[in-house]
Amino acid sequence: MFKKAALAAATAALGFGALVAAPAAMAQDQFVPLLVYRTGQFAPLGIPWADGKQDYLKLVNAKGGVNGVKISYEECETAYDTAKGVECYERLKNKDGGASGFDPQSTGITFAVSDKAPGDKRAIVTMGYGLSQSANGSVFEWNFPLLGNYWTAADSIIQDILKKEKGSLKGKKIALVYHDSPYGKEPIPLLQKRAAKEGFELMLLPVTAPGVEQKSTWLQVRQQRPDYVLLWSAGVMTPTAIREAQATNFARDKIYAIWWAGSDHDVKDIGAGAKGYNTVTIHNTAERDKVHDEVKTAVYDKGQGTASNATSVGAMAHTRGMVISMLQVEAIRTAQEKYGKGKVMSPEQVRWGLENLNLTQEKLNALGFGKILRPIQTSCSNHLGTDWSRIAQWDGAKWNVVSDWYQADKSMVEPLVKEYADKYAKEKNVKPRSCN
Amino acid sequence: MFYRENGQFKTSYAADQQIFPIAQDRIAILVILLLAFVVVPMSVSDYTFQAVLIPFLIMALAALGLNILVGYCGQISLGTGAFMAVGAYAAYNLQVRIEGMPLLLSLLGGGLCSMAFGVVFGLPSLRIRGLYLAVATLAAQFFMDWLASRAPWVTNNSSSGSVSAGQLSIGGWAIDTPAEKYLLCLGLLCVLGLLAKNLVRSATGRNWMAMRDMDVAASVIGIRPVYAKLSAFAVSSFIVGIAGALWGFVHLGAWEPAAFSLDRSFQLLFMIIIGGLGSIMGSLFGAAFFVLLPLVLTHVPHWLGLPLSTASATYIEHMIFGALIVFFLIVEPHGLARLWSTAKQKLRLWPFPH
Amino acid sequence: MAFFLETLFGGLMVGMLYALVALGFVLIFKASGVFNFAQGAMVLFSALAMARFSEWIPQWLGMAPGMLGNLLAIIVALALMVVVAWLIERLALRHLVNQEPITLLMATLGIAYLLDGLGPLIFGSQVYSIDVGMPKDPIFILDGMFEGGLLVSQEDLYSAGIAALLVVCLALFFQKTKTGRALRAVADDHQAAQSIGIPLSRIWVIVWSVAGGVALVVGIIWGSKLGVQFSLSLVALKALPVVILGGLTSIPGAIVGGLIIGVGEKLSEVYIGPMVGGGIETWFAYGLALAFLLVRPQGLFGDKIIDRV
Repeated sequence: MFKKAALAAATAALGFGALVAAPAAMAQDQFVPLLVYRTGQFAPLGIPWADGKQDYLKLVNAKGGVNGVKISYEECETAYDTAKGVECYERLKNKDGGASGFDPQSTGITFAVSDKAPGDKRAIVTMGYGLSQSANGSVFEWNFPLLGNYWTAADSIIQDILKKEKGSLKGKKIALVYHDSPYGKEPIPLLQKRAAKEGFELMLLPVTAPGVEQKSTWLQVRQQRPDYVLLWSAGVMTPTAIREAQATNFARDKIYAIWWAGSDHDVKDIGAGAKGYNTVTIHNTAERDKVHDEVKTAVYDKGQGTASNATSVGAMAHTRGMVISMLQVEAIRTAQEKYGKGKVMSPEQVRWGLENLNLTQEKLNALGFGKILRPIQTSCSNHLGTDWSRIAQWDGAKWNVVSDWYQADKSMVEPLVKEYADKYAKEKNVKPRSCN
Repeated sequence: MFYRENGQFKTSYAADQQIFPIAQDRIAILVILLLAFVVVPMSVSDYTFQAVLIPFLIMALAALGLNILVGYCGQISLGTGAFMAVGAYAAYNLQVRIEGMPLLLSLLGGGLCSMAFGVVFGLPSLRIRGLYLAVATLAAQFFMDWLASRAPWVTNNSSSGSVSAGQLSIGGWAIDTPAEKYLLCLGLLCVLGLLAKNLVRSATGRNWMAMRDMDVAASVIGIRPVYAKLSAFAVSSFIVGIAGALWGFVHLGAWEPAAFSLDRSFQLLFMIIIGGLGSIMGSLFGAAFFVLLPLVLTHVPHWLGLPLSTASATYIEHMIFGALIVFFLIVEPHGLARLWSTAKQKLRLWPFPH
Repeated sequence: MAFFLETLFGGLMVGMLYALVALGFVLIFKASGVFNFAQGAMVLFSALAMARFSEWIPQWLGMAPGMLGNLLAIIVALALMVVVAWLIERLALRHLVNQEPITLLMATLGIAYLLDGLGPLIFGSQVYSIDVGMPKDPIFILDGMFEGGLLVSQEDLYSAGIAALLVVCLALFFQKTKTGRALRAVADDHQAAQSIGIPLSRIWVIVWSVAGGVALVVGIIWGSKLGVQFSLSLVALKALPVVILGGLTSIPGAIVGGLIIGVGEKLSEVYIGPMVGGGIETWFAYGLALAFLLVRPQGLFGDKIIDRV
């Protein structure tokens, strides 16, 4: 008897749930969707990233919003799964007057959503990841890989290695230990190009997701003795790699990690065992600036902080999250300059804002990001803005910036962007816009 | 009272052997088909199509395929994700490499490639049985995961490993709205469902069921195990391959190998166990349960106004999912299909007590 | 030659760890006939419990984190696993007696989902570290024979040693103690065991607790290597080929299978891997197990499958 009643209740609940369609509310707020992953194999990276994004939006609201328009936001959990990411996108794209820009936090989800974005007219903001070729704004009208992508990152790393090797890499060996997914494979075309130019041998060592088993990978590293290892990992794969490197006696200061593999949670537990580990940073995200103090006072001291305590403010992943939200907010502000201050912007207007960003050093200083970012300017054909990076190194207790500013070699990156963007345009039947 | 078959006499063998012998059943099915093909496309929101109906239809198709293998033929397979992947990538390659390839032919081609893959990885079933076979089929799963990431010809030399199906169209009819995609999936489900139902009612199906119940006895009375088991693998992977191609082309649009991972295989197995092994209806019930549950679990906190963080919500969803599976298995180990047929039995007597 | 030996040692040590995970599967299958897919989730749950308690207990008792804190945390985590075992038996297994193997398999999958959600919900989803004092740096042995010596990871060596010790203890437990004998009786024939008065449900609780304890040890070892995080539950997937290679009902089979799979995996990845692009470890292990099964369908040491027609 109880069994039947319980079953009936369960089936009724299921049936009821199917018929819901979320109604769109009248928007007085600008809606920013937050696609995050706080669970799954990438959670250690996703949690501070998501916290950073939300903390900055809370800060903006505490300061009165964008010319009086407050930001409303909603988090949607993707667990780095493409299907869930697409579902979140579909659910949130029309909410509250239209989503102003998606940051999918995943290269895989970016690929899936980039197909839909032009039709739905929603901007996709992929700072530091995603389709590297989407820097070409005339093919990718709706994608914005701001501040850097995997090609610029790989190029900057090679430049730093060139400096260490006094300008010549002829006869050297560089290994790429990468997460076996679109994310990990992105830098390969650029590295192959650089290998042809500089004369070094590129070794490719894929690691099956989620990367908990890397003993054989690092045994091969020990056997082949590359001079440097580039690490394109994320989540639990990163500390595993560093620990295996330690266990096979590979010098940690010969490891260069992409920015997603270079944050505090990756190395804190290993502590001194990771001493010397290098990472490339987007602009200067290893630095602390006014914005960190503002977030502490205006958000955390009032008990509104997203992370469980204020110690994560200042972690690199958290700072990156704040930068992403800042760029989104500034795009909204730029759009308001043109389309009406104090009004809620439509998604197309926000896209225009993203395409016409002009953040000067004064503006960045005023926002509190003066030491972290250099001036950023986007245009119709250039959706990346300006890419700067630096190398940070872990000394056992904290990150130190150990290099000067690098910028990717345009003669290396731009032909690749053009080649891949043209291929994309041909495959997808996209007519490139003219940008003049 | 309404569900009795009083007065319905069959006058031909064909009438006696039809799938729905009771007139009320036939009317009910016609009404459902009418609703599904005509009413739903006109009245349902885009979001419901994309988040509920299309995944339901594709998963139902895949569950159908798996049910043939596991429910009717008794070969436990944990490599279904791989078969879906083969179907998806084969269909993609046919679509992209051959100019002007019709969509339906690519889908069928995907199914045929998956069939070949399924037969090859089904060969161990001739020697290994039970749980050992289940774990051995995981070899197929991990092998395909690796092949899709490593072999460039699988992804048509895509440097990132991510592929996307372009515009879908059949003849001149461009399939770009959610309603049209829904109709495509519904059409394929109906055709393949009918195929499956007739197969399991035929001698082939009876051979499968004999293999499931007692394979040694079956081979003693003359049913050739090679033929029975491999045909089950073949038909099952054909259907699962088409479902995989649909999942990639219609639901995801763009996908990478992780879309067909081990999780997918487990999910399909859940669906058929909760829906009911050895039952076509069961596959549909299982798929419906599986698609609706996460949506309900995501929306309920919203309605109740509980401020759950997304992480907690996901974990609670996991827990409730697991608990419900165990609950269903305790309460009705033969699945929702058994509940349905019990309900129908009761309905025949209603409102009389006996 | 030196490198081959390094790979071989590495494979043997990893194989020992796989054998330990496989042991959990075999224990439960032998005693209750259930293929416990929740073993991986149990590893994660117990590791999370131990990691968090080793942080919280020093805080609650006002002492510095250290060996004593770790020991207390292990005891608490073990107690927690016993409670979990009792709950699983009471709420799930008791009602699923005599169901088909696939139903039981699915039930354990459901339990796995439950634990996968419950663990991070209670204990958090960050990466937590376990520090039981394992040395992280490698040592070099035999540097007389080979130039520079062979690299052997100390952590792996200690882990393999602990695993071997645990296996020996379990073997002694099964052979020499009364409960061990009762467990073997239940594994042989449930009904016969019941008819001579062995309480089936209590035996099942004991078996699941022991498996939980094994999961805890596995969790501590792997957690100390990799940090305790969600992916720990995937370690169980690596142990499945070991289980079927060795036979679902045999403890020596788990060990032998573990060593074979461990060595096979590493050698294939290092020597065959580069020829095909790398990353072949996982499916090679399964393929290897499959190849063995084709010769002996019940695994190397498993019970022969006898059908009555």
